[in-house]
Parts: sequence; C-alpha cells; structure tokens
Amino acid sequence: MPKVKVDGIEIEVENGTSVLQACEIAGKEIPRFCYHERLSIAGNCRMCLVEMEKSPKPVASCAMPVAEGQVIYTNTEMVKKAREGVMEFLLINHPLDCPICDQGGECDLQDQSVKYGGGTSRYELNKRSVKEKYMGPLIKTQMNRCIHCTRCIRFAEEVAGVPELGSINRGENMEITTYLEKTLDSELSANVIDLCPVGALTSKPYAFEARPWELTKTETIDVMDAVGSNIRVDTKGWEVKRILPRVNEDINEEWISDKTRYACDGLLTNRIDHPYIRKNGKLIECSWDEAFLKISEEVSKTANIGGLVGGMVDLETIFALKDFLIKISGSASIDFRQKDFYIDSSHLCNNLFNTSIAGIDESDLILLVGANPRLEATIINSRIRKNFINKKTEIFTIGDPGEQTYKIISLGDNLKVLKDIENNNSIFSEKIKTSKKPIIIIGESVLNAKQGRFVLETSKSILKKYNSLNGLNILHQSASSVGAIMLQAYTNTEEVLKNEILYLIGADEINIDTKNKFVIYQGTHGSKNAKIADVILPGAAYTEKNGLYVNLEGRVQSAFKASFPPGNAKEDWKILRALSDALNKPLKFNTIEQLRYKMFEFNPALKRVDQLPSIDVNTLGTENVEVIDSKVNYLPIDYYHSNEIAKSSKTMLECKIARQSFKKTGTEN
Amino acid sequence: MSGKHVAKNQPKTFIFSSENIKKMKEILCKYPETRKKSAVMPLLYLAQKQNEGWIPLVAIQYIADQLDVPYIKVYEVATFYTMYKLAPVGKYFVQVCTTTPCAIRGSGKIIEMCKKYISERESHLSNDEKSSWIEVECLGACVNAPMIQINEDYYEDLDADSAEKIFKSFKDDSLPKFGSQKGRKGSEPIKQRLTLLKN
Repeated sequence: MPKVKVDGIEIEVENGTSVLQACEIAGKEIPRFCYHERLSIAGNCRMCLVEMEKSPKPVASCAMPVAEGQVIYTNTEMVKKAREGVMEFLLINHPLDCPICDQGGECDLQDQSVKYGGGTSRYELNKRSVKEKYMGPLIKTQMNRCIHCTRCIRFAEEVAGVPELGSINRGENMEITTYLEKTLDSELSANVIDLCPVGALTSKPYAFEARPWELTKTETIDVMDAVGSNIRVDTKGWEVKRILPRVNEDINEEWISDKTRYACDGLLTNRIDHPYIRKNGKLIECSWDEAFLKISEEVSKTANIGGLVGGMVDLETIFALKDFLIKISGSASIDFRQKDFYIDSSHLCNNLFNTSIAGIDESDLILLVGANPRLEATIINSRIRKNFINKKTEIFTIGDPGEQTYKIISLGDNLKVLKDIENNNSIFSEKIKTSKKPIIIIGESVLNAKQGRFVLETSKSILKKYNSLNGLNILHQSASSVGAIMLQAYTNTEEVLKNEILYLIGADEINIDTKNKFVIYQGTHGSKNAKIADVILPGAAYTEKNGLYVNLEGRVQSAFKASFPPGNAKEDWKILRALSDALNKPLKFNTIEQLRYKMFEFNPALKRVDQLPSIDVNTLGTENVEVIDSKVNYLPIDYYHSNEIAKSSKTMLECKIARQSFKKTGTEN
Repeated sequence: MSGKHVAKNQPKTFIFSSENIKKMKEILCKYPETRKKSAVMPLLYLAQKQNEGWIPLVAIQYIADQLDVPYIKVYEVATFYTMYKLAPVGKYFVQVCTTTPCAIRGSGKIIEMCKKYISERESHLSNDEKSSWIEVECLGACVNAPMIQINEDYYEDLDADSAEKIFKSFKDDSLPKFGSQKGRKGSEPIKQRLTLLKN
C-alpha cells in the first residue's frame, strides 16, 4: 500500500486510489466537476489540478493514481493559479443567468467559482449560444450553461445502460445531445439532473417552482416499488415540490427511478380530502361522524368484515386494520394480495430478496425467472447492470422479459427448464457448478397459485445443491407486500371478498363485485375502487404520515411525515382508531408509539429498523414437487401508471406518452 | 461556424456496395471481435467515398449496426472529424489551404476566386451543383504554396489566374494536370536547381 504525503500529512492508501481520493482521505477538499465516484474517470474539466513534487506541471488529481512517495500540495500558489485559470476558462462560455437558473443555490459551478474563482474574466468576445435540446418530459435543457463535464453521458452509458447521450462536434462547438434529440429511453434518466454540476440539465416539472433554501427537507423512504429507495422529500407549505435521492449504499446508492422522483405531483391532484357517503347512488361529501354512523349501521347488521390493503400501505395501518377486524368480527379476514399470488408462509426467507440488494454486486451468475427487473424494481436492475459491467456476469432468463439494460441469455420460456437445471440438463447447470455465488430472481409473474410452488421449491433445491440458498430472491413489486407477510396479514383473497362488508385501504387494483356488499374505501386518491365505495374515508399518503415499511430484502425502514394530509384527511391508523370508538369497540392504543409497541410484540423482528433480517436462510427446507409444464406469462406492467399516485401524476402521463411515441418511431415500419 | 452542417435532404436507405462489403470485411479483420468498434473511422471513410463524398445519417446508422454500437457513438465520431462531410459536396470538392505559408503566398486571392466561381459561401454547392469549396488547415505542401486540393489531387503554385482557370474548367470537366501550375517538378527550385549539384 503506497504512502503519500498530502500537504505534509502522511497517509497510507490502498493501491489504485486516485490522488483526488487520497487528498479526500487526508481531509483536503479538491474542487471537481467531471469526477464522480460512481462513474468512470473522464479527467476533462481540469478543476482538480494539484501540485505534485517532481512534476513540472499541475496534475489532474482525479485521473492520477497514487504511487509510493508522492508529495502532493493542494494549497500552493501554483494550485491557486491553476484553479483560477481553469475557472476562468469554464466561465468563458457560461452565461451569467444565475438569477433565472433553477440550479441556483445548489450549483457546483456557483459554489466553486465563489471559492476558487479569480473573480474577473478577461474575455471580451461574445459568448457562444447553443440550441436547447429535447430530452423528454423530465429533463429541461439549457445547453448554454453546459461545461461539458460529460457526467450525463457516462451515467447514461454506465449506470442507466442506454448509451443514447453523446457529445457532438468539437472544440468550441461541442454539444451534448441524444441521437437526433430523442427522449432518453431509461427509467433512471432523471438522475442526470442531480449529476449535472451546473444548470444545463434541470428538472422540467420542477422548473421555477422554488429555490432550494425555501424548501423543508424531510428524509424518508419511497413506496413506489418494493425496493424502499431512500429519498428526501422537499416541501413548500403543504405541497411536495420534489423528491431527491438520499445516499444509501445498501439500497439505492444514490440513484432513484423516474417514478420515485416524479410521481410526487400526483400527491397534489385527484385527492380525497373529505369523507363521502353514498346516498341514492351518489357519493356525497359528509362529516366524519356521518361516515362513521353509516358504517356502524352496517356493522350492526353483520359483523362479517373483510379487509384488503393496497400496495403502498405502511405497517402500522396494516396492523391496525388487522387488530380492528379481530375486534369487530372476531377474526382477521384480511389480505394484501390483489392478484393471484403464491406465498409459502412456512419460512420468511421464502418471501425475501435474500441475497440483499448490495449482495448482487458479489454475484457471479444470475438467473431471472419470470422477472422483469427493469420495470419491477429499477434500482435492482441498475445493480445487476453494475455487476454485468464490472464482472461480466452472465445473466440468464426463463421467459422473455423484453429489453433489459444488459445482455440476457434466454433459456426458453417454459418453466420446465428449472427442472432440467436441477437434473443437470441445461447449459445453466454447467455454469452454476463453477459459480461461487449464483442468484435466482423470481418475479411475481410466476409466483401464482399454479406455478408458484414449483418455481419456488425447484429454485431452492437447485440452490441448495450448490450450497447457496442465500441466492434465493423474490422480486416483490409493492412496498407493503413483505410487511404484510411479516404481520401475517393474509388469509385468502377470495375468502375475504366473500364478506358482506369490505374495508379497502388503498386497494385499487382488484375488481370488486359490489352486489349485496357494503364497501368502505380508505385511501388517498379518487381511484377505481373509491368510485364504487359506499363510504370513502380520506387517508394520508406516504409523505404525509410517519410509518414503517419493509422492503423486499426484509429491511424495516421508517418513513417520516413531510407534509400533512389535505382537507379533512387523517392518518390511516387514527381513522381506524376513531372508527373503533364509534363502533364502541375501541382499539387498545392511543398513540403511534403504543401501536408500534403492540406491533413489535406481535413480531419483534420489525423492531430492527434499517437492518437486514437476522434469519439464517440455510434453514430453509425444500420439497419435491410435480413438474409444471407451462410457459412464463408476464403480467403486464404499466410502469408509469403502476399505482394511484402515479396515475394522478401529470408528469407520469407525459412520460408514458413520450415513451409510446418513442417506441412508435422505431423500426417496426 | 457553429457545429457541422447536417444535410436536410437525407436519403432513405444506405447499404454498402458488394465491393465495399468486401472491403468492410477486410477492415474488420484488423480488429479483434470484441474491439470491432475501432473500425468506425475506416468504415465512415468508406461510406463517404461510396456516397459521393458525404455521409448520410442512414449510413451512420448502418455502420453503427455493423459495429454493434449505439448510433450516437458513430455520430460523435462523424461530427468530430472535419474530413467527414455530413452534407453533399460537389463533384469537384475544393479544399483551400489557408494556413500561414499559403496565406503569406496569397491564398486570400484564391478564396476570392472560389467565392466568385464556385459559391459565395463555404461548403455550399455551386449553382450548377458541380462544385463546392472549404477552407482547411495545412495540407502539408507548404513549399509549393499556395495550394488547393481538388478531390484527391493537389494543385500547387497557384495564383489568381491559374486558380481561375482551374475553377472555370469544372464546367466542361477539362481540369488541367495536377501538381505545380508553374511547371516545376515536385518541389524543385523554381528557377535553377542548385542543391547537391557540383559546381
């Protein structure tokens, strides 16, 4: 390990570290634009110049590897002059439009020119002007401001896996663009907005909405998919203005999907802000008391209540609903499955992403079974791509998931292939023999009543044979699934639907036959099932309440309240608590702490916030099951409209339209 | 000049001729299979030659497909290098050297002649669509300055008159012989050869 000296501080760093990283370790700040720790090194902004002994010129520290005995200075006159010079050149063609630039206040160029710039410019000619580029409905471009750091190009190529961005022309005429100005065909595209160190790529939906210092920032987690990406919600008053990623190396690194980022404008429209009851076939706004009165009338007729929870419901609400149902009807007829879904409840690991998201990096062989990670869990897909890029891992698939961001090798689309693998009759069996950490990712599309058991048991027995049961992964799609499984909030959806009274919390996907049924809908948006309800109770969305969620790894994470529910809407567990009072069967908790205490009593594993579950996956048993000879049928995924918030979002609709028209102009004609 | 001029009227299809497909295969042989994208520059040149001196967008896509790289990567290369043309050039494509030695020896006058006999603007086709001209940096024939390149031939030791004569000859395809227009051989002294001769 080489020893280097940075400004007189002697440090020992690992081989392959760059001088820039060594300076960081020594606690010295190095200004930079093009360097980004998660992207390849370009070395074209020249802002990170430092002085190195025995080098006649300043060196670009981001691209210079450390070597034994290097002596580096970061605060000499030469470095200062170099930085001022680079800064002056960068600013030659950068417009002085900070007052009308959306990046203002969080702009690297602004900050660094204050700290390292010379203060004046000797340039007297006209600045160049560059035509704005069209990059889809999410990214607003103002290419005059571009300093050609090429971070966006490298991101699109390396992380997003859609090498559609590039720099055309040369020298002063260099421009960043997509090929003939097409929409960026990626679910991670908006991350280039965060990466852009200047205001060249800014957020279109957030354009001119707020300045960063006016916003209240709340660190919370995302519920658009089961990944549980860490996010920061920026609010101004009641409105959620934007959502940004938060660094979490174990989950989303520092990327989030476009849906996570931009579905938030759906929180402002189509909201249920009052209770409603159905009178003469029409839904009429009413008070909470009237709504509760109506429910208690119905409950006095029959105590058969079934509960269904949707995909974005927090643990507290699920637990409160379960408690409520037990209190009212004596048994918990509850489920979270709105589609045909197989659960093996004998062991929790049967339902988890056991490898863990960070664990994908170490894998050396990946098999997708009926999974489409690109649309089902975009962040996991970026991990798989990272592995594919770094380790050239071979990725096999059973079933055709459509275009992914890496090369996939098809093993056919019949599930029977799994049995062949187990019996060493497939090319995959050869690969798995030499593999150290194989993983199998099973999608919800094949986890149905007919195929689920076969897929799960066979996958387990394949992995068990090679002593890597840790590679068993279930790719859940909704944020509430694993939590509901851990709270045992499932019985049988069909049985639940047989009840005379149905209590739906955010369950929007299922089709309900309302004949002779009384439907209570508690939720946030005027969805399909809200429209057929007899009573609507306005609930809180994920940014409007404190709550716990379990992601697909089984990791419990807490979401925090960033704004408050609109109008008369209330937090969901409070509604259930109040309703239980109205029905004279009060639930035994008054605060969220008491509710959580009871919940942790029920399942102590939920107490371990931010940690992976501590269950030994090797205790999983396997069974021999009959071979199922059937094809993989992918359940259709409407990526930009996969939940009620996204469906209400104008931005998501624009993305959907842009993507469709993009697909249409392809080569099919 | 801001960026490269990309032709508005683009052909619908492009495919290498059977002869060029053979050449393409030869070029691809020079690179390992995993590095075949390195062949992008010779292939672009091949396409330019086949398509009368300029590369249409369909050819860029065609080459990208041949090399399994995204379109933008080929487009980047084609826009970066000045010798790839993305808009039609004339049958007689005149490149006028205007770097220092040629400029001192009077390339300005040749530019004037270009404007007069070819077209007022650089990289625009002449009225009969037979020729076009551009300014270029040093073409490496400074001893015979000023000089121009027409397609693949150098015309050297020019002055306004000889340039005019050449440009006028485009009309009936009767170009004078390439090389020095003052009649000297190569770069020999223009009056009397003395170097290395015994006296």
